[in-house]
Amino acid sequence: MGRTRVVITGIGVVSPLGLTAGKMWEGLCAGRCGIKKISAFDPAKFSCQLAGEVENYKIQQYVPRSFRKATKLMSRDIELAVIAADEAVRDSGLITRAIDEQKVNVKPERMAINVGAGLISCDPCELAPAVAKSIADGKFDIRKWGKEGIELVTPLWLLKYLPNMLACHIGIIHDIQGPSNTITCAEVSGHIAIAEAAEVITRGNSDIALAGGAEAKVNPVLIMRQCLIKRATTRHNDDPEGACRPFDADASGSVFGDGAGIVVLENLDNAVTRGARIYAELIGSGQSASINPAYEHIEPDGCGVTIAIEKALAQANISPKDIDLIIPHGTGVPQDDLAEAKGIEAAMDKEAGRIPVWPTKSMLSNTGAAAGAIDVVAGVCAMRDGLIPAAKNCEKMAPGCNLNIVKETIKTDIRYTLCFGYTHGGQTAALVLKRFEN
Amino acid sequence: MVNNKTTERVVITGMGIVCPLGHDIESTWQAVLAGKSGVDETTIFDASTFPTTFSAEVKGYDFTRFTKNPQLHKDANRGSRFAIGAGVQACRQAGINVETDNPADGIDRRRMGIYLGAGEGAANHEAFFSAIAAGWDSEKQQMDWVEWTDVAAVQMKAMHELEQEANMPAAHLAMLTGARGPVRGCLTACAASTQAVGEATMMIRRGDADIIIAGGAHSMIHPLGQTGFNRLTALSTRNDSPQTASRPFSASRDGFVLGEGAAIVILESLSSAKKRNVPILAEVIGYGSSSDAFRVTDMHEDGRGAIQAIGAAIRDAGISYKDVDYVNTHGTSTQENDSIETKAIKAVFKERAKQIPVSSIKSMMGHLIGAAGAAELITCVLAIRDGIVPPTINFNDPDPQLDLDYVPNVARKMQVNIAMKESFGFGGQNNVVIVKKYQD
Repeated sequence: MGRTRVVITGIGVVSPLGLTAGKMWEGLCAGRCGIKKISAFDPAKFSCQLAGEVENYKIQQYVPRSFRKATKLMSRDIELAVIAADEAVRDSGLITRAIDEQKVNVKPERMAINVGAGLISCDPCELAPAVAKSIADGKFDIRKWGKEGIELVTPLWLLKYLPNMLACHIGIIHDIQGPSNTITCAEVSGHIAIAEAAEVITRGNSDIALAGGAEAKVNPVLIMRQCLIKRATTRHNDDPEGACRPFDADASGSVFGDGAGIVVLENLDNAVTRGARIYAELIGSGQSASINPAYEHIEPDGCGVTIAIEKALAQANISPKDIDLIIPHGTGVPQDDLAEAKGIEAAMDKEAGRIPVWPTKSMLSNTGAAAGAIDVVAGVCAMRDGLIPAAKNCEKMAPGCNLNIVKETIKTDIRYTLCFGYTHGGQTAALVLKRFEN
Repeated sequence: MVNNKTTERVVITGMGIVCPLGHDIESTWQAVLAGKSGVDETTIFDASTFPTTFSAEVKGYDFTRFTKNPQLHKDANRGSRFAIGAGVQACRQAGINVETDNPADGIDRRRMGIYLGAGEGAANHEAFFSAIAAGWDSEKQQMDWVEWTDVAAVQMKAMHELEQEANMPAAHLAMLTGARGPVRGCLTACAASTQAVGEATMMIRRGDADIIIAGGAHSMIHPLGQTGFNRLTALSTRNDSPQTASRPFSASRDGFVLGEGAAIVILESLSSAKKRNVPILAEVIGYGSSSDAFRVTDMHEDGRGAIQAIGAAIRDAGISYKDVDYVNTHGTSTQENDSIETKAIKAVFKERAKQIPVSSIKSMMGHLIGAAGAAELITCVLAIRDGIVPPTINFNDPDPQLDLDYVPNVARKMQVNIAMKESFGFGGQNNVVIVKKYQD
């Protein structure tokens, strides 16, 4: 059995810095920050009033005419994923049913899909009329809900909020009939979805896969959740740009946002045969878990971080000295940043002080299930252009963190990039990308 | 990534279950073979005015029985608590030490992973509804977010919120077992845990892990879950006879019955199982996955995706459709699923279609959603072990269009060498796993 190599031939992103991968990269290079005061709802009484919101879009523009009616069944999470998938497919030069039904150049049953998703929260306003109908003696009454309220809930309501619908809608739009999965591992969903889709290709079950993740975190329920768990920063409501400070001594929490990242993965032979532009090769993935009784944080020594990185490097068959760029999870939660830094240092050993570390969440916010895939696209762009933009908001390194955070934009050859993430709950995941070389 | 295809065979060395029919493997299996129904009036919340007033609940379950450290898991949601029970049972059977810093089971924790098809935890409904009620201005048809926040910030609880995420059941199992290998979770609706077992099998095959704790955990028996399924008219509304409501393949079937639970299998490379000298329960020989790419609301009319997933699993197993002795169906008891699934089985098994026993245990334990596939797969392993296949109960008015051997009402003694588990997720994600009697 020969080696099956998996390459990235298309990228698509929706982020607080713009509706395309190009816009995001431009914004990152210019040091722009996508974090602002929340406009989706009035956050006046939220402890954190900031988020990374995505600019307005018309979803109908991103789906074939025949599919426009089905956009009514899309929650925002699904929309973001669909938009990023549309860009990624177009970027790859593949012609699916959605691009041009007459000129399809892919075999639907040889295409796979794997889209990471978050826990989608429904829009409280959508259910409000039904709730209002269910009030008895000034209080919500479940019996009234079961009889009267429920009648006001649109019949297909549930379908908007099932996490697997991101993959299902994209699969239907682009006619993807091969293996389909929905990874639900919070902030590492994107990393794992990409890793697993590559595995589906290496084991021969498909030639092409759409993979990544999407999540719309700017929802009052989800932002309130982050406020209550105390992951969201409360100190910067008047200073959005300075709010998210990964690895900085003044970090005080994270900021959450909307986003989607989708890449087209392809069997190298398939990509070469069709003359595709090849961005990068995915050469390794590794996963582990942080085991911490106080599981709202990762373990203080970052052991689960270290193991995931070690596994990814082993699979890639490279060593720390080969790594040119690390895109860490770096959320701005001090305790977790410190643990992650320790984990990275342990995995990188003597190289830890050398390798440029470029956290992106200070500009893009924490986009949950999308974050890993967005970082992969950022890494791809960095390798393509030989450029690492300056990180923002890490002015004075947090005590105990000994990483080489990118202070000024670096122009340099980047052959190997490591992208990393973890969840609250403990899953850790690392991916190794290589600039494409024949 | 490099194709590390190995020849590792993958076997099952432990199983555990917490479901409406029992809180362990043997009592569940006895109930299944006796054709018992686990369906009754819903008690988790007041469903008395809903279109459907019944469900298949896990009753009288105490997760603290399975852990020395219940305090650590005190905030775990219902699904996670089921996962703890099923996971610990499975680990015990497979000789995996739990809750210890110094395991003496000879397993490298870095080579032990977790893959769950697990669902989200229930929302804090009281807080959710109360906050909306407080904030909604019915005249203006808009939300006053300040009023909403005043209630939400007080009533929503931090740990409950954190525990809602779908990755949390796996997180609790990692804490229990010390697993440091790959830890994944997926949620492909009703096919999730079959997919988890399938993908985990692939991970062991290619050498990414020696052992994976795989399966699913889910509970959607809560006000919003039931609202959603009721509005889709996917649930049976046979409120006058809950025990006979789930009647897969019968003419009068009118929807599925919501269930809940967790089911876990220990997947292990054959070499690891031999090295550890643990009993082998069965071998996982095939996995296939596909998507309908049709509609989010309906299955493909011809069962295209289902046929493709079954075919892929058979090819992956390196067997012929003639080798399959028993099919454990998705069999939800909806008009659509049961007729399309029957079509798909006929398309794949051709002249043998009517000879193969195909049954649905959802007739007894309801639909465990994310956890359904793994729970049903476990009954395939037990069918192989004991030489008896589970029945489809409530099969009293055959649908003239559906003419397979659904093992009506009574379990049947027969040798089973190879059994197939089919799961089809809402939205069109299809997954099939094939297990075989272990032979050296």
